[in-house]
Amino acid sequence: MSLSLTRIEELSGLCKKFRRQLIDILYSVQTGHPGGSLSCTEILALLFFEKMNIDPAHTNMEGRDRLILSKGHAAPMLYINMAHRGYFKLEDLDTLRQTGSHLQGHPCYHKTPGIELSTGSLGLGLSAGVGMALSDRLNRRNSHVYVLLGDGEIQEGIIWEAAMSAGKYKVDNLIAILDNNGVQLDGTIRDIMPLGDVQAKWSSFGWNVITADGHDIAALSDAFDLAVRHRGSPTIIIAGTVKGKGISFMEGKNQWHGKPVTQKEYRMAVEELSVQ
Amino acid sequence: MAEKIAMRDAYGNALVKMGGIQENIVVLEADVGNSTKSILFGGKYPDRYFNVGISEINMVAMASGFAVSGFNTFVNTFSVFMTTRGLDPINSLIAYDSLNVKLIGNYAGLSDSYDGASHQAIFDIACMRSLPNMTIISPCDQVETEKAVFACGKYKGPVYMRLSRNANPIVYDDSYEFELGKGVVIKEGSDMTIIATGYMVQKSLAAARMLEEKGICAKVVNIHTIKPLDEELIINCAKQTGIVLTVEEHSVYGGLGSAVSEVLSRNYPVPVHSMGLTGYAESGGYEQLLTKYSLDENAIYQKVQKIMKQNKSYKLI
Repeated sequence: MSLSLTRIEELSGLCKKFRRQLIDILYSVQTGHPGGSLSCTEILALLFFEKMNIDPAHTNMEGRDRLILSKGHAAPMLYINMAHRGYFKLEDLDTLRQTGSHLQGHPCYHKTPGIELSTGSLGLGLSAGVGMALSDRLNRRNSHVYVLLGDGEIQEGIIWEAAMSAGKYKVDNLIAILDNNGVQLDGTIRDIMPLGDVQAKWSSFGWNVITADGHDIAALSDAFDLAVRHRGSPTIIIAGTVKGKGISFMEGKNQWHGKPVTQKEYRMAVEELSVQ
Repeated sequence: MAEKIAMRDAYGNALVKMGGIQENIVVLEADVGNSTKSILFGGKYPDRYFNVGISEINMVAMASGFAVSGFNTFVNTFSVFMTTRGLDPINSLIAYDSLNVKLIGNYAGLSDSYDGASHQAIFDIACMRSLPNMTIISPCDQVETEKAVFACGKYKGPVYMRLSRNANPIVYDDSYEFELGKGVVIKEGSDMTIIATGYMVQKSLAAARMLEEKGICAKVVNIHTIKPLDEELIINCAKQTGIVLTVEEHSVYGGLGSAVSEVLSRNYPVPVHSMGLTGYAESGGYEQLLTKYSLDENAIYQKVQKIMKQNKSYKLI
């Protein structure tokens, strides 16, 4: 069922708050990846606050839905969602990437309860997701495994090995989301390594392909519902997004993949995020 | 005495037996199931057998998904591809998070002899030994292989097990008890100690018997668990016999020899000599290659005599 206008407004407010908090944290710790965190803000907020069957008080709950942040560098936005959802204290966010913190630079399964898989080495998350989805099938669970991929990430060969495997085993409880922001660390996808017809590629590997505007909460929500209802093959939601979304001087700029925020930039960003 | 069968057959049979006892075992394969014998499990338990084609990195990463879901996951391919192609997820998922994945590297050492250097694993121990949380097992015969598989079934955590392709002479009978992390003295001796792993255990034992005729009494130790290493046993051997010789079907760099040297240099320094490979091998008959690359009983026999001679002259000075 489509989201109500009120719910869309609530989620939109959350996303706004999360973007602001991201900039606060990254400015404060002077390390971390803003660009790819801002492009998947709506995707993560929808999963954590609307779609996934999860219980932060019982992180090992049987039959829960699981998310793998395969593009592990978007960890700051993942942590913000988890903190607000109640997995850990909000003040933990200030310890991001600092010695002794459970909030590692990239998600860590054995340090942060609620993280379902360690990621960081790009491309591995989809294969692990196929393993999880097959496990849920063996255990006769009706849950779903979500895997958030970066578009630069799908240049890794293992992605297509995993895509073939998911196609072969028809794991319809596996839902990948492609954060299709068109920009990677060194430049645009087009310049560094063009992906060709992404939709056709996933289709030909036996996947159900859905496209959506990755910043449109209503559209993205409908896409998730379609994906959950789909049977007989894995689904990928190709989400059109903007790297650095919400902060004009970061938008579409590869330089903002993982650059520290200066005081001047911080002030500009805060001003923009307050106006929106 | 057990009937002589290939180590890989012993592995495949043990996996099937264990599959009947432990329902949480899943087996992954990358299109060499006929060679690794994981196919035997697939025939019996098709629902828990996943042949993912020629995609080793994908297979190993998939295993982590099964492991975090509570399955004891056995992953199969040739040693050389497991520890090269599979190394990324082995490091960043399986070792990092101590996941319950059993990485079974078949055709280890030179045992895939005719296929040549591309298919021979001579660095896998070095690779796996440097990874935190990783246990490394290298059985010497079919009996020990079967016992090691069952030990893997009970142990929760990442294990790399290297297996030889072939039907090697049998060291143990069925009454043998395998204990993870414990070395086994298979022949007593007082002049020096030969520490070996895998098929080199049989070769060392044969050499030690030949040495008896020369009046040299060598102790022979089987190190089936290379990591964690039975340090206590190795230190005691050094105390009892002085000189140590390590023998492995693997590079002399980073394998059993290095591990033994590290332990002794820290705890009880004695001369440690090592036999193993110093470069890539080639195609050929298995036993012929072992002879050519100085890994047969005769080479060990010669080496020990040379060491003992050197040691005598050293003592005289």
